[in-house]
Amino acid sequence: MEPIIQTQHLSKTFKTFKAVDDLSFSISHGDIYGFLGQNGAGKSTTMRMLLGLIYPDSGKIFIEGKEFNNNNRKLLSSIGAIIERPDMYGYLSGWENLKIFAALSGKKIPESRLYEVLELVNLRGREKDKVKAYSQGMKQRLGIAIALVHSPNLLILDEPTNGLDPQGIAEMRSLILSLSHDHGKTILISSHLLYEIEQVATKMLIIHKGKKVVEGKVSDLLNPEETLVDIKVRPDETLQAKLAVSEWTQFITNQTHATVTLKMNIANIPTLNKWLVNNDIEVVSINSTHSLEAYFLSLTQ
Amino acid sequence: MIKLLRIELFKIFRRPRTYISFGIVTAISLIIQLAMLSGGKDFVSFGMQGVTDQFDIQGDIINGYFVTYIILQSLLVQIPLLVALVAGDMLAGEANIGTLRLLLTKPISRPKLIMIKFLASLVYTILLIVWLAVVGLFLSLAIFGEGDMINMKSDAFIMILKNDVMWRYVAAFGFAALAMTAIAAMAMMLSAFADNSIGPIIATMGIVVVLTILSSLELPLFNLIKPYLFTTHMIGWKGFFDDQVPYGAIGRSASVLVIYTVAFLGTTIAYFNKKDITS
Repeated sequence: MEPIIQTQHLSKTFKTFKAVDDLSFSISHGDIYGFLGQNGAGKSTTMRMLLGLIYPDSGKIFIEGKEFNNNNRKLLSSIGAIIERPDMYGYLSGWENLKIFAALSGKKIPESRLYEVLELVNLRGREKDKVKAYSQGMKQRLGIAIALVHSPNLLILDEPTNGLDPQGIAEMRSLILSLSHDHGKTILISSHLLYEIEQVATKMLIIHKGKKVVEGKVSDLLNPEETLVDIKVRPDETLQAKLAVSEWTQFITNQTHATVTLKMNIANIPTLNKWLVNNDIEVVSINSTHSLEAYFLSLTQ
Repeated sequence: MIKLLRIELFKIFRRPRTYISFGIVTAISLIIQLAMLSGGKDFVSFGMQGVTDQFDIQGDIINGYFVTYIILQSLLVQIPLLVALVAGDMLAGEANIGTLRLLLTKPISRPKLIMIKFLASLVYTILLIVWLAVVGLFLSLAIFGEGDMINMKSDAFIMILKNDVMWRYVAAFGFAALAMTAIAAMAMMLSAFADNSIGPIIATMGIVVVLTILSSLELPLFNLIKPYLFTTHMIGWKGFFDDQVPYGAIGRSASVLVIYTVAFLGTTIAYFNKKDITS
């Protein structure tokens, strides 16, 4: 099956700032594709190019196998999107906003579908209220309803949890998962937080300064074998000698007489802890981070 | 196309600030009508100084037609601002509130979107002119009644018989709609360059004021460029109240306004079609 979206060598420069640099990736049907990068990495610019808001300097975009450019914007009817903030007409009601954007989708959409998406995003009963009276979370959910109303195959969500409280974030996350699992939507979601992407995505692409850094299945990229375990102990002169003759020595990436860092399977932490205790090493703390997270953090610092 | 136009009009007329324009036109008309009711006679006798020594003028000079003419002249500067309030907001206003990027992710071509927004501005402009006709002309006729109309020009007084006036007003309002369409097209063009509607609205007003001054100053340098300024031709409606209507000059003025409108619209489409939407 053809990818739902494919980019080839996409580049965009604003004056002297190279926002996106030779970026190629493809998203398959059914993926929740996480697009990760620090602020200013080029995520929004890429998403805007996919939606025809920004024109690439070079490179190509294919939507469902067909080349997308300004002359065949009809391809956009298979995409629903929220870019940055879900801005709407505040002086109109949620229902009126939904109706306007449904009418602009190029498809004939019955009113029953409008009620259906309002139900899906849990806004039924509030649709007659003016949008300016909505909370940020409600606006975000109405934005999803607008993106969904014409039943697109692909949803592009640019940092959809921005500005939401913890409950709103949890609701958004479960909505995204439900849209993928229960409604078969392909979703491209961006974030500057690995944790956010990790929670929902099946595939992931990290970009930095407009360039692709790493791409792959989340299960591969977040392989438990790649966990970095940082141990702090009471200063112990025998620590290094004890570790050197142990089975753990093969995993050590860094050590002093008071700290040890190991790259190992997260599941082995309890065994390691037990070994430290049995060898009379007083453990102060054990912290685990995934190597990808450490790598991503190193990019962002 | 009709569906999209209805959506644009719905957005315009659901916004409370749209009605400010109609309120301002109503207020200015009422103020002038009230002023003419209370002190109209003094105004007319001041304006007719020198004429009454030589001519004996009888009848109701201050009638509905005469008052409408005063209102139209007074609103010459304000109406472009009121048109710019909506037309200047068409693209920049959407960019400012963030809805432009949502609009442009829909499968509608940008030239089509521009044309729809221009048509919506046109409908608003025509409705504003129609409203001006209602409160300026018909209300004045209701208050002051009909009568022969005196057109007080700087170099002549023209008397138009009452049964010969109404068609001139219909033509004048039609011409005014054409002139304001050019203003709407310019405001929308400026709107395409901005991400905030205040700039295009003020710029439109600034351009109209500066060019109107250039159009009215009798200096040799300005006389060279006057025929090319759209503001020179915006007052072409006054020609309908001359003794001999200068159809040729009015036609030329109308043509210049149409050319300006097309040029503004073409520039908007050419620029906006290539614009990166970063707002």
